[in-house]
Amino acid sequence: MDTLFNNLDIFVDGFRMTFVLFFFAAIFALILGTIVGAMRVSPVTPMRAVGTVYVNLVRNTPLTLLMFFFAFGYPKLGLPDVGYTTLAIIALSLYTATYVAETLRSGINTVPVGQAEAARAIGLPFGQTMSLVILPQAFRATVPPMMSVFIALLKNTTIAAGFSVAEAGTIRQVLSERGEPQLTVLLWVALIFILAVGVLSLLQRYLENKWRVAR
Amino acid sequence: MAPTDETNPSASTGSTPISRYETTSNPIVAGRGEPLVVVENVEKHYGDFHALKNINLTVNKGEVVVVIGPSGSGKSTLCRTINRLETISSGEIRIDGTKLPSEGKKLAALRADVGMVFQSFNLFAHKTILENVTLGPMKVRRQKKADAEKAAKVLLERVGIEQQSAKLPAQLSGGQQQRVAIARALAMKPKVMLFDEPTSALDPEMITEVLDVMTQLAAEGMTMIVVTHEMGFARKAADRVVFMADGEIVEDTTPEEFFDHPKSTRAKDFLSKLLTH
Repeated sequence: MDTLFNNLDIFVDGFRMTFVLFFFAAIFALILGTIVGAMRVSPVTPMRAVGTVYVNLVRNTPLTLLMFFFAFGYPKLGLPDVGYTTLAIIALSLYTATYVAETLRSGINTVPVGQAEAARAIGLPFGQTMSLVILPQAFRATVPPMMSVFIALLKNTTIAAGFSVAEAGTIRQVLSERGEPQLTVLLWVALIFILAVGVLSLLQRYLENKWRVAR
Repeated sequence: MAPTDETNPSASTGSTPISRYETTSNPIVAGRGEPLVVVENVEKHYGDFHALKNINLTVNKGEVVVVIGPSGSGKSTLCRTINRLETISSGEIRIDGTKLPSEGKKLAALRADVGMVFQSFNLFAHKTILENVTLGPMKVRRQKKADAEKAAKVLLERVGIEQQSAKLPAQLSGGQQQRVAIARALAMKPKVMLFDEPTSALDPEMITEVLDVMTQLAAEGMTMIVVTHEMGFARKAADRVVFMADGEIVEDTTPEEFFDHPKSTRAKDFLSKLLTH
């Protein structure tokens, strides 16, 4: 207990950064992933190709390498300096978006094809067929796997610690300098993560109940 | 507008604004007899399978054409090519003089003018009955929500579902769902309605309620292409019967001619099988 309460400032700062990374990366990943997921089922071949290449390229790259690229490669491109936190958010978003896209695509496949045909038959173009008819139904089917993606994202934020972003993953390092027992610190960090994931699980249960669709 | 006009529209005469509600010429019936759907030399292949063979069909405004034939004869495929839910290998399809565009906004705009009713209803499962009917008018026709809902309620009343408008599709019986599907298609004010085996997924007692709505629609002058196994409907409501077998149109004639004096052996064979059961 003392380990936690004597260093509350470090814990609070660390987890605050973790949640900032998670929050922004989750939003961007959801938006980008939805677009890429829709591209992968698009009737237009070039769109499908771009979506497929993106998913396969980024998803097959280890997140650490992706972080490396943004932490060390990006500054060499001569683009405006946006800071490591933003770069970490970009890397996490791009990486997680591929999983969101694939999860969503599996959800899209659970929506009967007649739903899309009916939407097209009343004159909705592809974009509105997706956004008004297919995706709302696909999202419902993907709540459990989608939450797994976001739980993974929450934990993946700790990789940013390796790139000068002071989030929860750096707490142990800082506290070991203060002379705290490292194992105890790690157990506290783990416990807080478990609690945070628990909140996500509650959100999942809530959404599953709210969006239950009758067929 | 004077308040009296609102309460007693019949009292208004001549050039008052109310006169636009009194137009007698129904746009559906106007121009009756002109070609609306033209299918020319259409071929369709699924790999090695030749699904449609040199199909030529003209449906005029106000006409009710019933397409019948054995399973696998290509009648559903033909119906689905008319709003390009099914692509064609060669040939041409024109709706009201416009060639079917290949993809994109133009195709979507043309589909809005072609109502379609499916065998499996395909109501939007996550939307209420009312939302199912208003979605197209609001998103495609850009109607205001209030206007779309008002029109939808009139249509739902017409097909006898006005009490259920807040329910989800799964809470309705098959026959009710299919009548909603008809209302949803009508809400777009289509030039032509396609029915792809609308009663094939229904229990016998529900078939009648759907056919009643369709018969009424036919009587009102809607142009209809109906793929069905309901011979009673074909006899009663059709202007023409198109008989298909093995991807070809074998006969294209009046219901009386077709049922009483079929010319081809293929049609005679088909009809004899119907009558013996």
